[in-house]
This record gives sequence, C-alpha cells and structure tokens, in this order.
Amino acid sequence: MMKNREEKTIFEISSEGRKGFRFPKSDVQSAEIPDELLRENLPMPELSEIDVVRHYTHLSSLNYSVDAGFYPLGSCTMKYNPKICEKAARFSGFSQLHPLQPVETVQGALLILYEMQEMLQEISGFRACSLTPAAGAHGEFSGVKMIAAYHQQRKNSHRKTMLIPDSAHGTNPASSVMCGFRVQPVNTNERGNIDLSSLAAFCNDELAGIMITNPNTLGLFDENLVEAIDMVHQAGGLVYGDGANMNALMGIAKPAELGFDVMHFNLHKTFATPHGGGGPGAGAVCCTERLRDYLPGPIAGVIEPASDEMPPLYGWKTPERSIGQIGSFWGHFDVIVKAYIYCLMLGRDGLKRVAEFATLNANYLMHALKADYPLPYDRICMHEFVLDVKWPDAPDIRALDVAKRLMDYDFHPPTNYFPLIVHEALMIEPTETESKQTLDQFIDAMRKIAKEAHEQPDLLHDAPVNTPFGRMDEVKAAKDLKIAE
Amino acid sequence: MMFIPHSDAERDEMLASIGIKSMDDLFEAIPKKYRFPKINLHEGMTEIEASAQLKEIAEADLSVEDVSCFMGAGAYHHYIPAAIDNLISRGEFYTAYTPYQPEISQGTLQGIFEYQSLIARLTGMEAANASHYDGATACAEAGILAYHQYRGKRKKILVSPGLHPHYAAVMRTYLENFEGVHVEIPEFKSLDSVTPQNLADLIDEDTAMVMVQYPDFFGQLFDYSEFAETVHSKGALFCMSVNPIALGLLKTPGAMGADIVVGEGQPLGIPLSLGGPYLGLFAAKKDLIRKVSGRIVGETVDNRGQKAYVLTLTAREQHIRREKATSNICSNQGLNALTAAIYLSLLGKEGLQDVARLCYDKAHYAAEIINKIPGFQVINSTPFFHEFVVACPEPVSEINEHLLHHGILGGFDLSRMIPSLQNVMLIAVTELNSKESIDDLCRILSGEDNDEES
Amino acid sequence: MNIIPGFYYSKNDEWVEVKGNKATVGITDYAQNSLSDIVFVEISVSEGDPVEASDLLGTVESVKAASDVYTPVAGIVAATNEAVIDNPELINTDPFGKAWLIQVENENGIDTSGLMNAEEYKTYCEGRG
Repeated sequence: MMKNREEKTIFEISSEGRKGFRFPKSDVQSAEIPDELLRENLPMPELSEIDVVRHYTHLSSLNYSVDAGFYPLGSCTMKYNPKICEKAARFSGFSQLHPLQPVETVQGALLILYEMQEMLQEISGFRACSLTPAAGAHGEFSGVKMIAAYHQQRKNSHRKTMLIPDSAHGTNPASSVMCGFRVQPVNTNERGNIDLSSLAAFCNDELAGIMITNPNTLGLFDENLVEAIDMVHQAGGLVYGDGANMNALMGIAKPAELGFDVMHFNLHKTFATPHGGGGPGAGAVCCTERLRDYLPGPIAGVIEPASDEMPPLYGWKTPERSIGQIGSFWGHFDVIVKAYIYCLMLGRDGLKRVAEFATLNANYLMHALKADYPLPYDRICMHEFVLDVKWPDAPDIRALDVAKRLMDYDFHPPTNYFPLIVHEALMIEPTETESKQTLDQFIDAMRKIAKEAHEQPDLLHDAPVNTPFGRMDEVKAAKDLKIAE
Repeated sequence: MMFIPHSDAERDEMLASIGIKSMDDLFEAIPKKYRFPKINLHEGMTEIEASAQLKEIAEADLSVEDVSCFMGAGAYHHYIPAAIDNLISRGEFYTAYTPYQPEISQGTLQGIFEYQSLIARLTGMEAANASHYDGATACAEAGILAYHQYRGKRKKILVSPGLHPHYAAVMRTYLENFEGVHVEIPEFKSLDSVTPQNLADLIDEDTAMVMVQYPDFFGQLFDYSEFAETVHSKGALFCMSVNPIALGLLKTPGAMGADIVVGEGQPLGIPLSLGGPYLGLFAAKKDLIRKVSGRIVGETVDNRGQKAYVLTLTAREQHIRREKATSNICSNQGLNALTAAIYLSLLGKEGLQDVARLCYDKAHYAAEIINKIPGFQVINSTPFFHEFVVACPEPVSEINEHLLHHGILGGFDLSRMIPSLQNVMLIAVTELNSKESIDDLCRILSGEDNDEES
Repeated sequence: MNIIPGFYYSKNDEWVEVKGNKATVGITDYAQNSLSDIVFVEISVSEGDPVEASDLLGTVESVKAASDVYTPVAGIVAATNEAVIDNPELINTDPFGKAWLIQVENENGIDTSGLMNAEEYKTYCEGRG
C-alpha cells in the first residue's frame, strides 16, 4: 500500500485564534472608519508560523524541479539557475527600490538595465532594446504591435495579414489577433523548413509580416530562412523573431544579420533565470533602427553624458512613437538583475559555449535515441529535437504514455503533443548544463521504455506509479470546476 | 567552464558518437556568411568577481530600507515576514516550470489553488485565476474579457480618472487594436470631481465595462454598492481594481456587486524591486470564469483516489485555441502568487486586519498633522485608506530633494503623471512608518531644520 | 461512427434535421468523438434571435479543445436546449438526439444549399482519416 501523499489545505489546518505573525502595537491614535465601509467578516486561515512553514515545505516535496533532476522540456530551456544570481538579486540595493524613486537614487539599477540592453543588442545584432515586457508572450505582443504601429504610421493599415508557420508556438497567433491582424498559416515542408511556395502565395500588399521561430520548434535551423525573410521584405512585410529558442544561437548567428526586424528574448530561458513554477520571467524586445521609435517604454538611457569628473547620469526615456506602456512600471527588474549577472559570468566566450553545448547535448541524445524512436526529421538539430512516438508494432502506445512512464524513472517528461505538425510529438531539449552522465541515464531510461512499450505496454498505460500522485481525472476537474475553497 | 559540466574528453566522445569531428560541424545549416559573428563583450567573470561588482553597483542605489519611505502610488513598502523568503527560496518551488505534469507538480498546483481561494475570499468573489503579470495588465485583461463577453457589440470601456494613470495607459495599449473599442477616461479636473456619481452619468448602452479603483489612485474610498447597480442597470460589467491590504478592513468588492476584481498583489509580501516582478490579481463571478484568461487550477482526484489539483479549463488557452484564444498569456506569476499565499497564511485573519488598521491609523495621523503645517493642505474630503493628497507651497521635486537630505523618501510628485497637479504630493503611509518618522517628516516639512544645510 | 440518413451536414460538423419550416441543429457523432469528454456547453443565442447561416451559436468544450459551433441554416431561433447545458455529456451519449442545441424557424423555408447529405458527409469524414 502506497503512502497517501495528500496534503491538507491551509483552510483545513486552520485553528481558531492562532497567529503566524504579530505587528507592533499602534503608536498613534485609532482613526474613525465609516461603518458602511467595513467588511463583515474576513474568512482567512489562522495558523502559527510553524504550521505555515511545514505546510509549504511539505508541498515543495511534491514538486519536481531543475534542482532535483533532469528536465528536458522542449522549448522551455530548463537549464540550471545559478545560485549567485538569486543571492545578488536580493541585495537591498536592488530588491528594496521603489519604482518611482528619483533617478539619481537608482543609478546602479539603471546602469544594470542600460548595460543589459546593450548586451542583448550585441548578442543579437539589433540596434535598440526595451526590457519592459514581463514575459515571452508579452514581448511578442509588443513586437507584433510595433509592426502594426509601423504600418499604421506609413498609412499602410490595409496590411493586415500576419503569416505564421504551422510549427509556431500558440502564442504567435494569439498575439497577432490581439494586435488586430488576420492570421495566415504557412506550411512546413518535408525537411522541416518553411515551404517557400506556400509563402509566396501570401506575399502581396496585404502582407504585414511573418513570425518566425528559428531554430524552429522542430529544433531545426530553417534552411530557407534567409530566402523567406527576403521574400517577406520584398513584399513590404516585416519579420518578427520568436526568440524562445535563442539558446541555440548565441555567438552562432545574430538574428539581426539574418534579417529579422524585431524579436523577443526569454530571459528565463536563455539567460538562466528561474521559471518559478510558471513565472515570473522577463521578455526583452529588441529591434532594428527602423522600428526603434516604436518600442514600449520607458527604456533606460543616458540623460546626461559622462564628463571628466562625473559618470553618466542614467534615466528613463520613452521612444517617440512608442506603442505605449505595457505594464504597471518598468519591467521585471529583479529577473533582469539575475540575467545580467549570468551574462557577466559567462562573457563573450561563455555565451557561445552555451549554444555549442546545448546543441551538442541535443544531437547526442537524438543520435542515441533514433534507433528506438521514430525521428521524423533526421538531420543535425540545434538545441532540441522532436520524436514521433508511433510504433507500428505497438499501436496502443502514445507519446503521453512514454512521457508518463519517464516519471517512474525520475525524469521530467519532455514537452508532448507540440509542435502540432508532429502528431505524437515528444520534444526534447536537454540544455547545456546537463552532463554526459545524466544524458546517458536518460538514454538508458528511454531505451527501457521503448522495450516496455513493445513487451509490457500496461507498464506505460498505468504509469506513473513511483510518483507521489498518479494520473489525474481531468474531466472531473473541468466538470465540477472547484477552483476555490 | 561556467555552468557547463563537460570535460574535453567527454565532448570529444560525444562528437565521435554523433559522427562529426568538431563543434563547428554542428552548425553547417547556418549560411557561412552569418556563422560565428564577432560578439564584442567582455570576458567572463568568476562568482567572486561578479558578486563584488554587483555589490558595488547595488551600493550606488538608495534602498528604501535605509530611509523613511512615504512613497506609494501603486507600489508599497510593507514588512515581509522572514519565513516567506525562506520558503520561496526552496529550489523545489522556484526551479520548477508551469505544472504541466500534475503527478510531480502538486506543490505548485496546490499552492496556486490555495492562492486562488485566498484571493476569492479576500475580494468576496467566487473564483480567481493563478495571476497575471501586474495590476495594470490585469486591468487590461479585464477589458478584453468584457469585450468578448459582449462579442464586440459593446464598444466602450469606461475608466474612472481615479484609476492609476499607468493602468489606464496600459488598458489603452492593449485594447486599441480591438475593432472599434474605445477606452473612455474622463479628464481629471479636481479631486472633488473623481466620484462615482460623476462617472455614472457616462455609462450608456454601448458600455461593456466600467472600471474603478478602490481605494482610488488618490486614496479615496467610496461605497460602490449603488454605483454597481447603476452599471448593471445599463447591462455593463463592473470591475474594481483593489489594494489587497485595504481589504483586510474594508467592505469587499463582492459585497458591493463587482463582477470582476483586479489589483496589484505586490503589497502581499513581494519586494518593491524597482517595479517588478509584481502580481496581477484577477477574481470574478463564477459565471465569467470561462472567459477569464490565464491559468486556473481546479481540484480533482488521481487514479489512486487521492485528492489532487490540475490546470483546468486549458482548452481556452492560446496553445490550443491559437488565434481564437482570448489572450496570448502563457505564463503566470507562479512564484509571486505563492509568495502572496504564504503572506496571507502567515498573517491570517488577525494579522491582515492589524496591518490594514495600522496603515489606516498612521495615514490619518500623518494627514492630520501635515494639514496643520502652514502652507500644506490635505485635499481629500472623503474617507481615504493609507494614501492622501497634499497641496504644497513649493514644487514637490524641491521638497523631496530636501527631504532626501534628511533620509526621507517623500511622497509621489503627482505632476509627473497628471500635469495639472503642480505642487501636489501623494503621500503613502504603511505599518513601517513609525510615529516618530511621521513626526520627523512634519518637522522638516514645516522648516524646523533651518540650522542644517538647505 | 454514426451518421443519420436524411439529416444535412456542414463541414464544421454540425447536423441539421429539417421538418417543415423548422430545423434542429446539433453537432455530429464524429465531432463529439474527436473532442472526447464534453465538459461544458454554451449556447450564445436566445429564443427570438435572428440568425444567418454560419453565425456563431455557441461553444462546446472538452478537456482537450474548445470548439465553436455555428448554425448552418438561417432563420429565427425558436428554442434552445437547456438540458444539454446542464448535462454536457449528453453530446457524447446522444449527439443526434437529446443533445440537440437549437431550433431555427424560417417562414420562407429552411435553406440547406451548401450542406452535405449523409452520404457526402460520410465521405468527407473518411477523407479526414
């Protein structure tokens, strides 16, 4: 009999009259509050500090994490999060700054923002950068909106079509629609590249632009990339780069040189800031000269140049035709500090090695696994690759079953059922921070699972069994819809 | 090599197994012309060097811990109990991803479920999501919800001039590309004119949603119960943006009839961090839940009969609905939602009442004595929570410069966001402002420091 | 896969049963099968609403997907099915019967041009694998 791992909720362990925190007695007189403004009751739990600490410590033990093991989640870049980044971001001179403080009192913070912008520009080849987006999708929204603003400014509002390859992240079409565009999918060809004849059909004067993820979500560097970008530019469109997969490109190629006009970076992927169980991340957006005036603001800039005696004075600048403000304040500063330290520590050569070893690790895994798993696009991949779990001699086994069984071997499953063009996709991204030994253990587990799939398929259907919880009744969750207690 | 574990021998072994000779061979798909560009950055640093450099940079900043802080305007300096940082620093929480695999993510999932429950209880609503980026984007997402609720047939989003100007700006940025949508914000004339009555006159049959802030940007408190009825009588949705600390004491939006509640969750244990990352609160009536964007966690059972939690209603999200999704949102503020849940659990019923009460009482004490200083006048004529507006005899920037010499971070200069409010300061007071520090502020404002430098 | 002879079918997998000036609309067995367990049904039109062919009539949601449903025929909405809103699983168990979604009435007759008959729909579904 397995141990029950259910954890009572904070409401269930609440006990009347307990306190977990005390405030000092008031040193001023109590002021009157009109009765009609008072709430009737406050149904909050009542717990001691140790109740709270134990409760959340128990909960933490139910999570898998990068600190605990290999997390090959494709397109998510679950690399190791260096501890020094956490420590430095908590320095009082960073964590305890009010966003509206006079700029003279936050020169250190502004220096970090300014230099981070410069570093991202250097890595990508772009000419301008805004760090205000709170996440990848937020950066993407900003970049696409910049394209909309650019066409509007040129009285080209009829340019309403945004092309999106069928391999793209789901955020791409959603962001485009939020910016008023009509989404037109573009096909991927049998080598995993953009199909140029499918593209050509849409290169007309309604074309606003294209959103390209490169390397794409199959983990491939698109061999038609430069030509596709050229075609879109020729037709008067702009090219958006989804930078989710930048971990494969740092020091390898500069997106701006490849022809991209605007692109977002996921600092929580490429620059090793933690994912936090879903966030917060940060999604810097960078662009070429012709789009710089449209960036979301404000942006850290030099407002008084350095002199012989004084360093430059940094302040906030909002671009002339900015798409506007996109968040309460100036972006996820705390996350940016962590990414900044990471860049400092890696430096020029380190950043290139990141891309090299991320790519080496992915190819090593792909090469080792392709004998046992169908590989729909068999060529050298970048930082990730996609398997298609379709065995003619084990037709009942789906990608989901392999994913679930991996948990029994103490690995986090890869991304599954994405990209949509591979039906039983397992998308594997090992990242550069994993050692050969870890990869070998993973290969070993995957080979065992392939064998089990053919010989004892129920092991996969019933998986996971070695985890604190088993498969979930998702229909019940959606039907009962108990989302608060 | 920094954070890359491979030895040279292992690298070579791996290359050999792939069947290539060098690392460069991995990148042949990239046109030669663009391959391996020069990156003009410095060389890498060790942890000791980077740590020293960051320390030096941090010292160039003025931490609010080293001054007495009276600045608010959407970000508030509250005490953060020590247990919070200790718990959220657990790698099991902060190095996990979005809980796509519920079997090994119950920690994050239950944490979010509890967060949703706490926010629903605090706001008096039935449901809450797992969070948005911040207060401003939560307001914008509420506007998008309203647009979809009426299938684009109602075009007006009416916004109170008492909403934080940044939030109003973000609503404009988000909503202006929706066909025909118009974000209407009456011009700020005077504080007296920022009332529910004045806003009520502008609601019409084309209005999809009315948005107010509670307490509003100027600290003002109104009972919106009647106003909510007016909004509903015109068939529109009523949305309130709240300060969660104030709800420790004040009547809930749910009790007043709000359909949607948004707000900035930063006061719930999240450090100021120059403005982010914060936490976008989002709660709603249950019948709107399918229109709420972002992640939502629901209770269920696993195949062993254990009570458990999963991401639910995912069919509405961007990765499935793509261009038909109502929002592109992909992440939530997981770790900050967890922070808020721990904060609310620790403070509990009494602690939350206490902190709200302390903020309220100290702010009223401060307002009372500032109002007595010649040349200074508190303009608020209605009840306020922990923020209030003061007319000053000189430009606020000059006063603040002077205060800073005395270790005081003065109130927010309202002219920076509302140009007509020259010489007007917005002062925020929290539980961290002692009576002594408030008295000091008043002493310096009244010029009783002439012997020191000016 | 079940297909009812005599009904009309749309490419978006709605079915229409015509009786005189009245049409009943629902989603097909093929549609419910590809959506899997239905957890939620929303009907966004009300009795008395005029509808054009291919107007949105509601949304059907499973744990896997949320699918918009359109009325394949024009007219005035004569009835909506409250029972299916309360019991979304009816769509899985009886898609052509108890799980009808709306009824449309048109005094000029129901225009089914552009819709498929059962045979054509069968071929259409098989073509999708």
